[in-house]
Amino acid sequence: MAVTVEIARRGTGPDPRRWVCRKCGADADPAEVRRNLSVCPACGFHQRIGARERIAQLADEDSFFERWTHLRTLDPLDFVDLEPYPERLREAQAASGQTEAIVGGTATIDSVPCALAVMDFSFMGGSMGSVVGEKLWRAAEAAVDSGLPLVTVASSGGARMQEGALSLMQMAKTTCAVDLLNDARVPFIAVMADPCTGGVVASFVSLADICIAEPGALLYFSGPRVIQQTTREELPPDFGTAEKNLALGHLDAVVPRAELKGKLASYLRLLKGGGQPDGLDRRGAARPGRGRTRRLARAATARVAAAFKDSGSEPVGGDGASPGTPETPAT
Amino acid sequence: MNLSEEMERLRGLLKRRQHERRRHDTWLTYQIARNKDRPRTREYIDFLINDFEELRGDRLRSDDRAIVGGLGWFDGRAVVVVGHQKGRTLDEQTEHSFGMAKPEGYRKAQRLFAMAERHRLTVLTFVDTPGAYPGVAAEEGGQARAIAETMLAMARLSVPVVATLIGEGGSGGALALAVADRVLMQENATYSVISPEGCAAILWRDAEFAPQAAEALRPTASQLLPLGIVDRVVEEPRGGAHQNPEGAARRVHDAIAEELAELDKLMPRERRMLRRERFRKLGVFGGEGLLP
Repeated sequence: MAVTVEIARRGTGPDPRRWVCRKCGADADPAEVRRNLSVCPACGFHQRIGARERIAQLADEDSFFERWTHLRTLDPLDFVDLEPYPERLREAQAASGQTEAIVGGTATIDSVPCALAVMDFSFMGGSMGSVVGEKLWRAAEAAVDSGLPLVTVASSGGARMQEGALSLMQMAKTTCAVDLLNDARVPFIAVMADPCTGGVVASFVSLADICIAEPGALLYFSGPRVIQQTTREELPPDFGTAEKNLALGHLDAVVPRAELKGKLASYLRLLKGGGQPDGLDRRGAARPGRGRTRRLARAATARVAAAFKDSGSEPVGGDGASPGTPETPAT
Repeated sequence: MNLSEEMERLRGLLKRRQHERRRHDTWLTYQIARNKDRPRTREYIDFLINDFEELRGDRLRSDDRAIVGGLGWFDGRAVVVVGHQKGRTLDEQTEHSFGMAKPEGYRKAQRLFAMAERHRLTVLTFVDTPGAYPGVAAEEGGQARAIAETMLAMARLSVPVVATLIGEGGSGGALALAVADRVLMQENATYSVISPEGCAAILWRDAEFAPQAAEALRPTASQLLPLGIVDRVVEEPRGGAHQNPEGAARRVHDAIAEELAELDKLMPRERRMLRRERFRKLGVFGGEGLLP
């Protein structure tokens, strides 16, 4: 959330329009940083990115069809802390341009069709309340119904306090969604981006077939402050980092952002293995993204898109700006 | 005198009084839920379960005393019992980590659930924890995954599962033992996404605002019942369960027995599907019916 604000403020150099790395302090041309997937060209620091930018990076061009945008956040507890929950929601919506902390739909990743749900840390710390839980459930259900694998990208401080125990229940709900996926043998891949903590990492994320994280991402259930306050323990400097979690056996891989799309496609093809035909035959799957495979994948994508279109949801472009139409298969 | 202005003033006063009253009541509930004399899981086991055989250890590396589990007879049926154990004296509390379970505790629960499923034994859980243990070793031992996998293990059971919240239901550490067909909650128990102190420290930037946070979180049984988060509120003897533990246990017994009688009527597969449906429905949001 505060990333861009912080950068603007920290820009001590003469040109405030330059991008400044939060980690190494190097400055760069913002356009170049964006081309570099918001990774610092000097030190490789992975800056936090919003859901739209993430989708634009992962989904093939114009392949993302957003769904479940009609779900609206309510204030069932009439929650007031220093300001009322509806006020905080309005601020978050204005600041992030999102209606909630998650964007869900279907897409193709390197021509492999999947259901995709991406969390946005800039929206109230990516916290999981009723709408986030419901969208995750629907993404899982859509994956099961259409035989597509599910990919989630989580970046979240955990359950949303403003919805009280209802938020806590989303941990159980999303766990049940994974149960649904497992029953239907639908592959599920979870990507953890900085930070991924609390109730989100202690529910659906940790139950994926494959759990990967971005370099430097912080991942934990209890945070350093809570641990220090409760146990007065000395925390190791690398506490909770993706790299430490990899060494401890909690992650399958730490994947740099530039390799994320390719890795996801590779995992999806492999997990599909001897499964249901979806337009990708096994010969094609071994040679990703070539001729026949790509044509078949496009046809499959178009079929999926048409099915969703029939059900009345709005197609939205991968960059969230232009509504796109599915490509018709080349013959 | 302007009558409508006066009405407005009185309405505001009434609202403020109601607020104050609710804050007071909620905070009182927390004091009762955390009362050190309140009966714990072990006491309920003593009252409700015959021939309890404690089974210890996670079969991997350790035995977490913050979770107690075992076999016993409830109303003539063999059951697997799993619950958080807080302890009362300082020594006991230290031994049981104040009921804050580590990954090994949750893994002990998982292996007991698996045993229950294998031998078609009913599962009873008792929830009483401030939360999962927050420590470096617990984190490095996979606390997050341990909680998630325990929830999944409960979701997959086909035997009847009844969870009873008997004290503090703190966050994911509590929920890990409460993915049940029926979730019962004692009148003075609490169930919340975060402790009032933790919530106050984050949202008010001062833990002193815990009573305000407690009120805002709506953590009491009567507040959670209409949201479907708990299925039944179990009354306590006057003044709280600690005033008459046996009376409290009798009411818990009767509630569990009634729920089990209902659950026995279902097929194993139905129980699992209905449990999933129970949790699928939890959440409050709008916009339904606008678009598919």
